[in-house]
Amino acid sequence: MGAIETHGLTKRFGELVAVDNLNLDVAEGEIFGLLGPNGAGKTTTISMLATLLGLDSGRASVAGYDVIDKPAKVREQIGIVFQDPSSDDILTGHENLYLHGLMYGVPRAIIPQRVEEALELVQLKGREDDLVRTYSGGMRRRLELARGLLHHPRILFLDEPTLGLDPQTRQRIWAHIESIVAERKVTIILTTHYMEEADRLCDRLAIIDFGRIVALDSPQTLKDTVGGDTVQLEVVNVEAAATALENLECVSRCETRDGRLDVAVQDVAQNLPAVFTAAGEIASFSVRNTTLDDVFLHYTGHDIRDESAEGVAKHMHRVRSVNR
Amino acid sequence: MSQLSGLYAIWLREVKVFFREYSRLIGSVLTPLLWLVVVGKGIGASIEDDASFGGVGYDTFIFPGILCMTVLFQSVFYGLYIVWDRKIDFLKEVLAAPLHRSTIFLGKVLGGVTDSMVQVTIIVILGYFIFPEVTYTVRSLTVVYLFMFLLAVTMTSIGLIIGSRMESPEGFSLVVSLVVFPMYFLSGALFLKRNLTSEAPYLYWATVANPVSYAVDAIRYTLLRGDGGRPIEAFNEFGLALDFAVLGGFCLVLLVIGTWAFRTMRL
Repeated sequence: MGAIETHGLTKRFGELVAVDNLNLDVAEGEIFGLLGPNGAGKTTTISMLATLLGLDSGRASVAGYDVIDKPAKVREQIGIVFQDPSSDDILTGHENLYLHGLMYGVPRAIIPQRVEEALELVQLKGREDDLVRTYSGGMRRRLELARGLLHHPRILFLDEPTLGLDPQTRQRIWAHIESIVAERKVTIILTTHYMEEADRLCDRLAIIDFGRIVALDSPQTLKDTVGGDTVQLEVVNVEAAATALENLECVSRCETRDGRLDVAVQDVAQNLPAVFTAAGEIASFSVRNTTLDDVFLHYTGHDIRDESAEGVAKHMHRVRSVNR
Repeated sequence: MSQLSGLYAIWLREVKVFFREYSRLIGSVLTPLLWLVVVGKGIGASIEDDASFGGVGYDTFIFPGILCMTVLFQSVFYGLYIVWDRKIDFLKEVLAAPLHRSTIFLGKVLGGVTDSMVQVTIIVILGYFIFPEVTYTVRSLTVVYLFMFLLAVTMTSIGLIIGSRMESPEGFSLVVSLVVFPMYFLSGALFLKRNLTSEAPYLYWATVANPVSYAVDAIRYTLLRGDGGRPIEAFNEFGLALDFAVLGGFCLVLLVIGTWAFRTMRL
């Protein structure tokens, strides 16, 4: 029995299909990522799995319980860290954790010990009696991570755990998540639109766009499918260069973007001279290792941060207005 | 058992937040004092014959009404916090907990009722020093607090029901004002309801339909005494038994509606 299974999971807001026929199968103990741009349906999916939102069709089970038939059972098994801050900023960190323990059914006698444990895990010892409003964004996030784990959930949902944090804080949160996984057996479902995050943390990854899964595999396999590292070229004659490059055996993909060529080349070190010859006169070039950005682009045809793309912006706007 | 500690947690959170925001406490005492001192004394000075108000001064006469006003406003406006909670993600943390929606609703109600009781207690204590006609005995205080409690539960429920359906704090304030002011003015807090029967019967029937009227009625009859500590019959408009039955009925009905409202609440 998988930790999470969904079949044909669908959610509509009016005529907008936010989640479209989603099939997931997440194994126990896995870190599973939902990667996609804003408005792709990640948070909606999590809300449905956490029984906060009804579903329109399909089925979903979490920890073996159906989310519609047994929402209370599901909620006993899960912990969530929400996208927006959800700790009470007029209470102290300790109070937030204590109240969480009471609400999530931790026996009163062992709450103090759990709170200590949690504070230690996210390194907030010493600040637990300060009001949360005096915390930095990163501390608040760590507190919420600690809170999500306090009742020892079998499954932990992390909705954009590092959204809006600076790079150092992000690294620390990642380290905390990794230590959580190392210390106890917990399944983690993580949504993100940061490629580095998905790449570093996830065992498997579903790339979601417009409510649908467009690709699902381990980060490494996904990167391999794109076909080698990317050479970016600015050339004088784009069309001629593209045609010549596509005929090369070492080139698995050649895309034109903004008058620039993105060429996926296998074994770049060996084949770069051949690429240069085929490209003709070159104005500039750069070589980049494949990232999940390339993967995303490969599968969806648009950049993950390309929010100016009209379809995405429009879709997002509608999702936003529905979620408010 | 876990529902019970959940209920306790939700209540405890509300109480902690309440005592941490002093401004809420101070602000809530100021308005009733203005009513008692400025309106009570001001209008009272223009009334020649105290007999029209059961033989007590006008400021004393409205004191029980002002107690109800404090509870009424405080309780209904407490629903504003649920609008805020929904706007930020805090409520999701509560809704994702393995608690029934009825537990969550009840916890919020008890939190709001506690706030109201603390604030009205300040006015009760001040009243002891301002009005000699007000009689505090164990019996009278028990009755007064019973009715204030029922009123607070009823009104907190109304506030939370409205709050569970409103998208913005502005919208909430607007709708609540439309509810709260008629309820206050039509409760008999500032006049005797009986005199309306001949002058404006439709207003009289509006007061009969208003749950606040029954709290005002019970508290005024219990709290204000004439010479020799005898009850003043002019204040016995509906009767304590009817007051209790009607207000208790409103209370139960609104608790049921409130549970339903929370169960169907959208985020």
